[in-house]
Amino acid sequence: MCAEKTRDSVSDPEVTTVVVMRLYVAGGAPNSVQAIANLEAICQEHLKPGYKLEIVDVFEHPLRALADGVVVTPSLTRLSPSPAVNVVGNLSDRSKVLLALGLEEKVK
Amino acid sequence: MNGSNTPTSQPLPRTVTGIKGFDELSHGGLPRHRTSLLLGGPGSGKTVFSLQTLVNAARGRDEPGIFVAFEEDSRQIVANAATFGWDLSTLTKDKLFILDAHLSPTVVQSGEFDLTGMLAILKAKKEAMGAAWIVFDGIDVLLTLMRNPATEMREIYRIRDWLADNELTAIVTAKTDGAASEVWHYGFMQFMVDCVVRLDRRMEHGVSVHRLQMTKYRGSDFAAGEFSLSFGPSGIEVVAPEPAEIRHEASTERISTGFEHLDTMLGGGLFRGSSTLITGAPGTSKTTLAGKFADAACRRGERTLFVSFDEGADPIMRNLSSVGIRLKPHVKSGLLRMYSGRTEACSAEHHLIKLRSLIHEHQPRCMVIDPLSALAKIGGLETARAVASRIIYMVKDNKATVVITSLIDGDDPQAEATDLQISTIADTWIHLSYLVLSGERNRALTIVKSRGTWHSNQVRELALSDTGPALVDVYTAGGEVLMGTLRWEKEVEETARKKQRRTDFEHKQRELQFTEADTRARIKALELDLQRQQAELALYSRDDEARVLSSSERDRELRRIRSADPATAPTTVKRRDAAGSGNGSKARKETSDVR
Repeated sequence: MCAEKTRDSVSDPEVTTVVVMRLYVAGGAPNSVQAIANLEAICQEHLKPGYKLEIVDVFEHPLRALADGVVVTPSLTRLSPSPAVNVVGNLSDRSKVLLALGLEEKVK
Repeated sequence: MNGSNTPTSQPLPRTVTGIKGFDELSHGGLPRHRTSLLLGGPGSGKTVFSLQTLVNAARGRDEPGIFVAFEEDSRQIVANAATFGWDLSTLTKDKLFILDAHLSPTVVQSGEFDLTGMLAILKAKKEAMGAAWIVFDGIDVLLTLMRNPATEMREIYRIRDWLADNELTAIVTAKTDGAASEVWHYGFMQFMVDCVVRLDRRMEHGVSVHRLQMTKYRGSDFAAGEFSLSFGPSGIEVVAPEPAEIRHEASTERISTGFEHLDTMLGGGLFRGSSTLITGAPGTSKTTLAGKFADAACRRGERTLFVSFDEGADPIMRNLSSVGIRLKPHVKSGLLRMYSGRTEACSAEHHLIKLRSLIHEHQPRCMVIDPLSALAKIGGLETARAVASRIIYMVKDNKATVVITSLIDGDDPQAEATDLQISTIADTWIHLSYLVLSGERNRALTIVKSRGTWHSNQVRELALSDTGPALVDVYTAGGEVLMGTLRWEKEVEETARKKQRRTDFEHKQRELQFTEADTRARIKALELDLQRQQAELALYSRDDEARVLSSSERDRELRRIRSADPATAPTTVKRRDAAGSGNGSKARKETSDVR
């Protein structure tokens, strides 16, 4: 379950920085499943212009996750723009996620 | 560990931790492929205990381990390990792997999380390196982030199931600070695991002491009760209880105390492997006596350990050399090891562990502890007593002969009995005291007890001089012992009397010799006289014979010349010849010789 979803910006040419994120999940564990759903909703709502999201299943790539310093799942890392930001949990607290990702201002 | 046949009472198989003392009191270590919980307050040694176990397993038995650090980051752990000289850098990552499971404070938490992913990572790592051990250090740090007791419990179960599936021997550590809220979930954790060890750090009499207590060991007996935990230079050590049975061989070999006189008083010296207690007030030369014992041991070529408390090795050697006991050469030759401990620096148990490692390193046959009573200054008296007796038993276990000094107030040796109570364990007890007589303080030595041997019941004076200490017989006069000047006076008097007797005797001897010589001379003179007389007598008789012969020859000659009566004369001659025929011929020869 290593999927890469990319939405290219079409409608808003002002956005120059591309948000790159990686979400580490643990197979079909409830928190992981929820996290994917929550993140996708957030992305759709707040990251319309364009973003890159990689979902890494720790069950399939444990040693990669180890090398990346993953401790708990689910765990979200925003790789770009720097500095890197880490959010753990099923991302049910949307305002916290937005704050962490710096997406508050883009609320419509 | 011999379980019965029923599987329920079969004790769990164990894996040694390599932590000194712990494996003994747990009868073999932690339960294998099971989870043990290590609970304790901050700084109680949970991390050290678990990391030491992993290092021991990886180094000593080639069992790789994973250390999951929830509280500290791996750099801190490596740095802490270096203080114990473990040097984790020499262990490759496939022998000891430290996972930084410590969530950075910058991490944002949004909603629930779980350990499923981490356990998947650990499983992969475990399989990659073939790990046998795993430590979850500070699991509480992560669990409290969950802020939900039900979630915490769920994750604990998750860990337990994971551990059970993976055949790992696990140590889970968690902090307790005695708060009521924690009782619940650690109570639950204790129920879940197979072994619970509590670590505790507290202050006792101004000294920080560490204690270890096993509160649970499923299906097994274990040594209950609190045990001292000591942080030594190479890690922690549990001061395990001594075996219930005392197995000390009783030697009949005698070794010298360094004083011929004292050896005689003890019926030939100290028994090899025995313990001797020297008690006395300050300045009664306890150290001198102990020093002399050490010196004598080194002179016999025996390895000796001299432990002193609160006084440096150098001052001791200097002070002893002022009374003619020179220990420096023995230190140089390596026979003697001097160790000086500062009593307040650590707890009594620390000293015990230090002594144990010293004994292990030096392997002494003889040992001095001066003064053991210093231990009573630190910690509780109870602890000091227990440690003092353990030290004695430990030394005896190592078959070393030990001399212990103990400082007591006043002159009553019985004061010791209220202090460290070593006197009850010691085989020989020598008491030094001052006797004040005629305005003088003199050192007196008494043997209070000596097990299994005849010993003198007399008091001796210990006299110190730069040629060395010596035990001197005391004089008793009118029911009182004489020491110091009084003894000296008595001695001088005695010496003078002896001298006079000697002179008298010599005089008489010379007189008799003279008389004897005189008599001999007289005998000689008389003998000479006798010889002279005998010689004279012999000469005289020869002259006489010669004269007789010559006269008969003259007669014959005369007759021949005169030619008278040849018929009658020969008859006369013949008759005379017949009477002395032998003599005649001899006499003739003699006469011719004379001529």
